Amino acid sequence: MSVGKKAKNVLYTFVVDPLKIIVHNKAGLIGFIGLLIYIFMAIAGPYIVPLDTIPKPEQRYLPPSWEHPLGTDFEGKDIFSQIVNGARDVLFVAFLAGTITVLIATVLGSIAGFKGGLWDNAIMAVDEILLTIPQFPLLSVLAALTRLDNFTLALVIGVLSWPALARAIRSQVLSLKERDFIEAARALGLDAKHIVFTEIMPNLMSYIVVSWILSMTGAVYSQVGLVFLGFVPFTSHNWGVMINLAWTWGAIYYKNSVWYIISPIMAITGFQLSAILFSRALEEIFNPRLRE
Amino acid sequence: MSFKSVVGKIYRNFLVRRILRAFGVIFVTSTLTFFIIRLMPSNPIEIFINQMMAAYGMSYQDAKALALALFTIDLDKPLHQQYIEYLINLFQGNLGRSISISPGTPVMDIILAFLPWTLFSVSISILASFVLGVITGIIAAYRRGGLFDKVMSTFAAIISAIPGYLIGILIIVFIGVQYGLINYMRGAYSAGIRPGFNLQFISDVFLHLAAPFATYVLSTFGGWMLSMKASTISTLGEDYVTVAKAKGLPESRIRTQYVGRNAILPLFTSLAIQLGFIFGGSVLIENIFVYRGVGRLLWSSINARDYTVMQAVFLIITISVVVSNLLADLIYGLIDPRVRVGE
Repeated sequence: MSVGKKAKNVLYTFVVDPLKIIVHNKAGLIGFIGLLIYIFMAIAGPYIVPLDTIPKPEQRYLPPSWEHPLGTDFEGKDIFSQIVNGARDVLFVAFLAGTITVLIATVLGSIAGFKGGLWDNAIMAVDEILLTIPQFPLLSVLAALTRLDNFTLALVIGVLSWPALARAIRSQVLSLKERDFIEAARALGLDAKHIVFTEIMPNLMSYIVVSWILSMTGAVYSQVGLVFLGFVPFTSHNWGVMINLAWTWGAIYYKNSVWYIISPIMAITGFQLSAILFSRALEEIFNPRLRE
Repeated sequence: MSFKSVVGKIYRNFLVRRILRAFGVIFVTSTLTFFIIRLMPSNPIEIFINQMMAAYGMSYQDAKALALALFTIDLDKPLHQQYIEYLINLFQGNLGRSISISPGTPVMDIILAFLPWTLFSVSISILASFVLGVITGIIAAYRRGGLFDKVMSTFAAIISAIPGYLIGILIIVFIGVQYGLINYMRGAYSAGIRPGFNLQFISDVFLHLAAPFATYVLSTFGGWMLSMKASTISTLGEDYVTVAKAKGLPESRIRTQYVGRNAILPLFTSLAIQLGFIFGGSVLIENIFVYRGVGRLLWSSINARDYTVMQAVFLIITISVVVSNLLADLIYGLIDPRVRVGE
C-alpha cells in the first residue's frame, strides 16, 4: 500500500466516517456544534472578549443591549465577558476529571473482571467503600479543608468518581469473557495482553466513550456546586463564581437581576446538554451495531 | 453438631453474611472519614481563635485560653488515642459533643433535630418522583414515537441535564421572586410559628416543602422516566408477553402483571443508590432553600470545622446508604424469584 493511500484510509476511518455519522445523527450534530462553540470560547474567547473588570456603579443591572449582550451585573460589569471568560476553568476541570475517572475505572474494572480472584476481591472492596461514602459531602470536606485549586480539584473529583463506572466495566468484562470469540482466542493460545486489548476493549469502547462524556458532566456538577457553596477559592471568573456572587450579593432576590443569575445557569445547562447529545453520536461511532 | 459447623452454617446464610458486610463497610467508612477530617489543615480551635481575634481584637493567648475553657475536646492528644476514644464512645451510642456550632451540646441532639427534616423532605420527593417517572415511562413506552412520548422524552432529557441545585435557583428566581412567594422558600417553617401538632404548623411545613419538593422531583424525574421507558420497551419484546397476548389475556392485566411488574425490577436497585446520591445533593438543595436538614448541618459544620458534627453527619449518611442498599438487595430477592440466593 502506498503512503498516500494509507493516509487516505486513516483520514476516512478517523475523520470522514465519524463526521458523516455525526451529521446524520440530528441530536448528535446539535451536541457537536454546541461543544465546538464551548471549546472555541474556552480557547479563543478571552482574546476576543476581554474580561470587564472595571466597576461602573451607575450601570448596575442593565438589561441586555448591543453594548452588553447579556446585561450588566451588580457592579455594572459586562456579563457576557464573564460568561466567555468563565468557560476555560469549567471545561478544564471537566475534561481532566472526566479523563481521570474513566482511566482509573477502565484499568481497575477490567483487571477485576479479567483477573478475578484476589485482585477482584481487593478492587471491589475499595470500590464498595468509596461508593458508600457520599461523594458530594466528601468532596465538600476535602475542598473546604484543603483549599483546592483547579488542577487538584479535578484530580480529587476524578479519584473519587470511578467506583460506579469500574463496577459496570467489570461486569461487562465478566460477560464478554465467556463469549465464544474470547474462547477461540484462548484456544489459539493468544496471550492475556492480546485478549484484553484487541478482543475485549474494542467491545467496551462505545460504553467507555459515553461514560467519559457523562463523567465530564458529573465533574461540572461537582465543581460548580463546590464553588457555589464557597468551598473552593475564587481563582478566576468561572460560572460557579458568578452564581455564588449572585447568591451572596442577594442578586437572586432582586427582580432586575434575572439576566445576571440566568446567564451562568444557561451556560452550564447548555454545556451539559451538548455533551449528552454528543455522546449519542459518539456511541454510534464506536458501536457499528447501532448504525443503520 | 459441633460449634464450628453451626458457625459455618450461620455464615453461609445469605442474610447474615450481607448484614455482616454492611457493618464492615460502615466501620471502614467511619474510620476513613475520622482520619480524613482530622488530617486536613486547620482545626475548629484555630478557626475560633481567628474569629475571636478578628471580631473582638483579642490577643492570641487570650483567645486560646478562652477556646480551651469553652471546648471539651483536646486536639493535641495523639490521633490514635482520639480515634480509640471515638470508637468506644460510638459503641456506647455516644456521638460526643459539638465543638463549635453550639459548643457542648450532645451531637446526638443536634442530629435528631435536623435528620427528620431531611428524611421527611427527601423521602416524600423521591417517592413522588419515582411513581411519576414510572407511570410516564410506561405510557411513553406504549405510545413510543407519538406526541406524548416525544414531548416527555425531550423534557426528561433536558431536565436531567440541569444540575438539581440550578433548578432550585431557577425556581427561586422565576417563581419565588417574581410572584413574591420567597417567604415560603426559606427555611422549613415560618419563623413566628411554634412547632406542634396543629393545622397552622402542618400547613406551613407543607408550604415550605413545596419548593425543595419541586426541585428534587424535577431533578430526578427525568432519569426515572427514561429508564422506565427503556426497561418497558425491552420487556415488551419478551416471549412471555407475546404468550400472554396469544392466550388472550386482557390488555390491562398484561400491562400491570406482566409488563409493569417486570419492567420496574431494575429500577428498584437504582432507587437505593439514588437515595445515597440524594443525601449528597441535599447539601446543595437544602442550602439554597435554607432548609433545616442534615445537608445544611453539614455545610455549617464544615465552615465551623466542627469535627464531631461532621463525623456524625457522615456516619448518618453512610448508614442510610448502606441500609438502603441492604434493603434493595433483600427486596429484590422478594420481588424477583429468579435472583433468590441460597436455599
